[in-house]
Amino acid sequence: MKNKYSIFSLIKNAFSNHENWQRAWRDPEPKKEYDAVIVGGGGHGLATAYYLAKKHNLTNIAVVEKGWIGGGNTGRNTTIIRSNYLWDASAGLYDHALKIWEGLSQELNYNVMFSQRGVMNLAHNLQDVRDLKRRTHANRLNGIDAVWLETDEVKKFCPIINTSQDIRYPVLGGTLQKRAGTARHDAVAWGYARGADEMGVDIIQNCEVKGIKRNGNAVEGLETTKGFIKTKKIGVVAAGHSSVIANMAGLKLPLESKPLQALVSEPVKPIIDTVVMSNAVHAYVSQSDKGELVIGAGTDSYVSYTQKGSFNIVEETLKAILELYPIFSRMKMLRQWGGIVDICPDASPIISKTSIKGLYFNCGWGTGGFKATPGSGDLFAHTIANDEPHKLNAAFNINRFVSGDLVDEHGAAAVAH
Amino acid sequence: MFLINCPYCGERDQSEFVSGGEAHIARPKQPTELNDDQWAEYLFMRKNIKGVQFERWNHAHGCRKWFNVARDTSNDKIEKIYKMGEQPPKL
Repeated sequence: MKNKYSIFSLIKNAFSNHENWQRAWRDPEPKKEYDAVIVGGGGHGLATAYYLAKKHNLTNIAVVEKGWIGGGNTGRNTTIIRSNYLWDASAGLYDHALKIWEGLSQELNYNVMFSQRGVMNLAHNLQDVRDLKRRTHANRLNGIDAVWLETDEVKKFCPIINTSQDIRYPVLGGTLQKRAGTARHDAVAWGYARGADEMGVDIIQNCEVKGIKRNGNAVEGLETTKGFIKTKKIGVVAAGHSSVIANMAGLKLPLESKPLQALVSEPVKPIIDTVVMSNAVHAYVSQSDKGELVIGAGTDSYVSYTQKGSFNIVEETLKAILELYPIFSRMKMLRQWGGIVDICPDASPIISKTSIKGLYFNCGWGTGGFKATPGSGDLFAHTIANDEPHKLNAAFNINRFVSGDLVDEHGAAAVAH
Repeated sequence: MFLINCPYCGERDQSEFVSGGEAHIARPKQPTELNDDQWAEYLFMRKNIKGVQFERWNHAHGCRKWFNVARDTSNDKIEKIYKMGEQPPKL
């Protein structure tokens, strides 16, 4: 049983110089066999394990991670959470996640620092205005809070934006989702890991999957760097490396893996208390609690697994940031990094069974998976436990690329690809 | 970030080029004869290899010609550049 985190435990541990905190999760060696194994110890994978144990009583399970937990895209994104997607299927999926976010810190007894500071999406041309207004109406019909703001309202909501009509791409308005916001991305992985571990889930780090063993059309287990692990159910949540794992099972996925970059500035006093995104000029920015500006750039046009990305992409983003926020012109950028995002042709994820019995994939989140972490884990756990999708992720099956029933969210995805 | 040696213009920065994705995916001669699975395979499914993969690139801000590149996606190192219509090299 884990000690509960509270103000009292904080005070108590202060007396022993914070040297006697209980470890948050064990570091076990893999058992010979599990009821299910999750491949990938990011937020989505750990959430999947957590809900498998919590809601479906599957506790003899493991999460295998080739590096350290939360070291991939979970720790590399710009932490934005929102659910203002256009289509009904996406609205259901992302708002399911947002509703879980709202109670997540309490549920996990782990402060994920979820902050509903609002997300504003800017329009810079007539087509943007039409698309964003349409999206606002669609959101409201789906019960998702969304409002359209005229240019002066944008300025009022976020005064540091340059709303002059003389700039290259003037601000013609924007949408605002007030329930949207940010969360501390590392804490999400750690909170789910701690919660899953408490229920008996083995979280095995530094354990890379090298092969998937099949018996006919069913999975038998995983070859890993820590030996063979027998299991009848494998849930793959490997983000940028999903195609690599799929290839081990002889499957092909409709994915392309590309570097997506982000950067942070030196920390400054509070200057922007919301999240502002712009698809058209490709710039989005928020401020962390530490005071750093968190800036998201775009994807490179080519497939790469290098977690780097090109300099010209960063340059374009910063040009747009400077035009929209002249006040940032002397800010110094401290760090820049890349993550490998797996992009589907319709910019929607895959949470699905496959043609191989016992093999499940949760992938294709592309540039915007962080916001969906709790919902994705919940629905993927349901899919694995019942061998059937939940009604909220039924539309996100892999067969939609055969049937043609795509969920085209290029317009609502955070990054224009 | 890397340099690409355009077979027509010489070595230029990657930002001058646009990636056209996986190479050697032949458009079916009779699309109407394909079933849904075959059409999905042609249209959407990609190898997305971590390692050397064959790709099409276009020198969009230069000669605007297409050509093929064998590139290692794990380190962005270009192994071979060859023209459209040529067979992929054995590496």
